[in-house]
Amino acid sequence: MGPLIPNGVIPADWDSIIAILIGLVFGFILEASGFSSSRKLAGVFYGYDFAVLKVFFTAAAVSVIGIYYMDYLGYLDVGQLYVHPTYLKGAIIGGVIMGVGFIAGGFCPGTSLCAVAIGKLDAWIYVAGIIVGVFIFSEFFTFFEPLYAGDFLGNVTLVDSFGWNPYWVIFIFSIIAIIAFVVADIVRKRVKKVFY
Amino acid sequence: MSEQNKTNFHVYWNPYYGGFLLGILIIFTFYITGRGLGATGGIKSGVVTIVDEVAPTHAEDNAYYSKFIHKGESPLNSWLVFETLGILIGAFISGSLNNRIKWRVQHSPKITSRRRLLFALGGGILFGLGSQIARGCTSGAALSGMAVLSTGGFLTMLSIFGSAYLFAYFFRKNWI
Repeated sequence: MGPLIPNGVIPADWDSIIAILIGLVFGFILEASGFSSSRKLAGVFYGYDFAVLKVFFTAAAVSVIGIYYMDYLGYLDVGQLYVHPTYLKGAIIGGVIMGVGFIAGGFCPGTSLCAVAIGKLDAWIYVAGIIVGVFIFSEFFTFFEPLYAGDFLGNVTLVDSFGWNPYWVIFIFSIIAIIAFVVADIVRKRVKKVFY
Repeated sequence: MSEQNKTNFHVYWNPYYGGFLLGILIIFTFYITGRGLGATGGIKSGVVTIVDEVAPTHAEDNAYYSKFIHKGESPLNSWLVFETLGILIGAFISGSLNNRIKWRVQHSPKITSRRRLLFALGGGILFGLGSQIARGCTSGAALSGMAVLSTGGFLTMLSIFGSAYLFAYFFRKNWI
């Protein structure tokens, strides 16, 4: 019964080695999908390349279907998984700030690390920026704390928040993703091509 | 075709293929460890370590750094730091296999490298700040959050993409 390490099926000593291997595959997939290129990433916001949308939403749909299916079959207990906590103000305001950072810098942190690995100097500067950003947040923590800790709703899922049936949520989410892919292809044909 | 692949460095995977494999990796990660992927967590541990080395009393007095400092254990000894090292290795391998390793500044021909680097620095600062306020970035909060239907994960994902689309107009000169 999963998760394996928390339930002691795999000894906790393996944690760090598994972390490196998982990171390695993560980095490989992101780089091979073209996420080390800021101009490819930014394409999603101007309609000339929708790789971000397609990779991101395919991954989200596949993972949520797989996790709930494994739970249904009894291989994995969804109740034991770590659910990212919901702090209403932080999630929204932090997200808005990250959105501006995304369109200004052309990377998100995971993709910038991939670009660092293949020698993109703009990504090195971007990661230096992330370090400065984290430093500013920490130094002025008392100022940011109301945002960081405000409106805590717990480690809730959409099932807890709205009382929705998880299987319907996943089904509708997948339908939305497929519609988004179709619309993306239509938009892409109408937008002027950008070569990079 | 093979000749074309050799000269064109921008031959990437089909996005659905990449997305499918990434989804499988997320399932595997949750199945093994009970939690998702991340990217900023490792960088944060790096910042905490540097501040703790340079100014230990300052780090202990600060309410944020002190959350991550435990006596006798380096903040670098964390799952996300090892995972971050893995990301760098994995991306380097993929880049090597496709001849994409090269020192360069990538930018639109319409702007200078200097402008690109300044915007990269500003974007990084904002992303670093925002990821701490939201307790995670596109990987840790949005992608891993959505995989377990976290309400906060969905909110952060909508906020990131919504705000990037909203502000895209002002940054268009940098990209198109």
